[in-house]
Amino acid sequence: MSDYRVLPGPEHFLPPAAASMGIRLPNPGEAHINGVITSEEKAYEEAARQFLMAKVPTIFPGPLVLWAWNEKAAKKATAIRHLFNTLKESVQPNQKPMLIPMPDYRPKYPKINPEIEINPNHPNLTIWHNKIDCCVFIGVHCHQANLSLKIIRGGTSCYTIAMCAQAGHEDAMLSFRDASVEKIMLLADTIKRLKGTVQPRLASAKNGVSS
Amino acid sequence: MAEIKSVLGTQNKKGQTYTDPWKLLNEAPRTPSFFTGSEVIKEAIRRATCDVMIAYPITPQSEAAALIGELFAEGYVGDYFRGESEFAVMSQCAGAAFGGARVFTTTAGPGTMRAMENFPMWAGARLPIQMIVTCRGINSPLSIQPDTLEIAYLLNTGMLVWHAETAQDFFDWILKGYMVSEEPEVHLPLALCCDGFFVTHTKDVVNLTPADMCLPPYDPYRSPVPCMDMECPPVRMMRDPFVMKSNYISYATHASWQQEIWAAVERSRKHSIHWLNGLIDTENTDADIMIVASGTAVSQGREAIRMLEDEGVRCGLVKVKTIRPWPEEEIREATKNAKHIFVPEFNVTGWLAKEIRATVPNHHRVHAGPHVCGGMTMPPEIIVSEIKTALGMKTFSLAGRGS
Repeated sequence: MSDYRVLPGPEHFLPPAAASMGIRLPNPGEAHINGVITSEEKAYEEAARQFLMAKVPTIFPGPLVLWAWNEKAAKKATAIRHLFNTLKESVQPNQKPMLIPMPDYRPKYPKINPEIEINPNHPNLTIWHNKIDCCVFIGVHCHQANLSLKIIRGGTSCYTIAMCAQAGHEDAMLSFRDASVEKIMLLADTIKRLKGTVQPRLASAKNGVSS
Repeated sequence: MAEIKSVLGTQNKKGQTYTDPWKLLNEAPRTPSFFTGSEVIKEAIRRATCDVMIAYPITPQSEAAALIGELFAEGYVGDYFRGESEFAVMSQCAGAAFGGARVFTTTAGPGTMRAMENFPMWAGARLPIQMIVTCRGINSPLSIQPDTLEIAYLLNTGMLVWHAETAQDFFDWILKGYMVSEEPEVHLPLALCCDGFFVTHTKDVVNLTPADMCLPPYDPYRSPVPCMDMECPPVRMMRDPFVMKSNYISYATHASWQQEIWAAVERSRKHSIHWLNGLIDTENTDADIMIVASGTAVSQGREAIRMLEDEGVRCGLVKVKTIRPWPEEEIREATKNAKHIFVPEFNVTGWLAKEIRATVPNHHRVHAGPHVCGGMTMPPEIIVSEIKTALGMKTFSLAGRGS
């Protein structure tokens, strides 16, 4: 097993892909935390805890759920809205949950508007601008999600979570696989259950801004 | 996977039943058949639910390409045509794969080299195209004979590279190859290589799965990049994407993209082990002498081991099945007891020996050879002779006439 751990950065000028450092994806029914395979139950708890601790917990929905390709995508979008609403209801007044879409992967020049969107080619801009210290990717194509997750790990201290519909992401600090409406709802339920039991980070604590 | 599962048990227009791939390859009855390697390629594609096959004639793959044309005429392949050149073929394969098709092609020698620009493009675009490479000489003066040098050029393209020893490997690995390369976390092209003529033009007994069972179709919606998105990389390559800009984030994105290709090669390891029953096969790993080989050099090594046994010399074997992903840990473990590691190869540069030297500790143990190339055969006697010479044993001249 690899000694490498997938941790909040800023890690390196060009951080390695976690897969190249020996981090392996979870099998069905499993998840990973920091690159260590774990049970999904433990991952739900940890993801909820990270969201409830964060000053700016953020959901980044991608094209696979933002566009109504099929009935399943539409249901996932509804579930994500429920997750966001649950998050808003569960945090304290000094926390600022956000929902920022990644509607497509078109490179935007001269730069994106980080107030309203995130792009896989420079996701750190959105993280830095909004001081995001915990985020979850849902419905982003796997290749583009890995690019984003690695760039975020390279240049920010943001805690990254992936709710992947396929095999999961080593480049996130915490990853689920085979994401479904039920799994998104279960994450929302876990956040609701842990409401009030987790202390948010202090204002002076490390935030999403690169040091 | 729900979409794939829903077609299992149903039939395609040829009356073949879409079958769970694991059951098809591991549990379905097998019929021994006496076929050439080219015919075996045809039989594998008959069962592969292939949407598009494109090729350009070049020896020794032409026969396989022509036989798949027969499959198209019979209705087993969705579309089939000859490109204008190998470069055109590989570009056309990319177009078909971008559009969400399961794509198959065959090439060889100078054709592989001519098309080379496309292979890193395929990998970067995450296209799970399967390409059969029936290896032959690539240099001038022209040779159509077996020679594995072209594999060396494929190793850093980002493609998966497997090296089949026998026609049976070929049949099974064509079907298994799609299962590995189409996994969403892998989703890379596969170069399935064999030694031209030795495998393609000789007949062997091959155990075939039932012709009325086939793989489920490819599901492009599991792709890690959007299927046929004309506005975004990788389809949109030349107008305004990040690659055309000169700034830190553009370079960083491109670097991250490259890393992701090689991460995907790493992820293929788990699936390749699952489908191929390991990245290597081994025999007698407790022996002092090991032969490590790929392709038909494995068969010659196996015969050399039998001959050495007759002389009281015990020797082990490592058959390297996948060159990418490279079975680093497996080779290190299998050769840990060896005092001498011999690497017989059908090419002049000894690329496999270089890979092994970079992998094992105490690399002075690696003997890069024997080599043959340009179409020469490799009699097992020359492997025996190389080993006996290294051990200080008396051996005889293989090339001279008289004493």
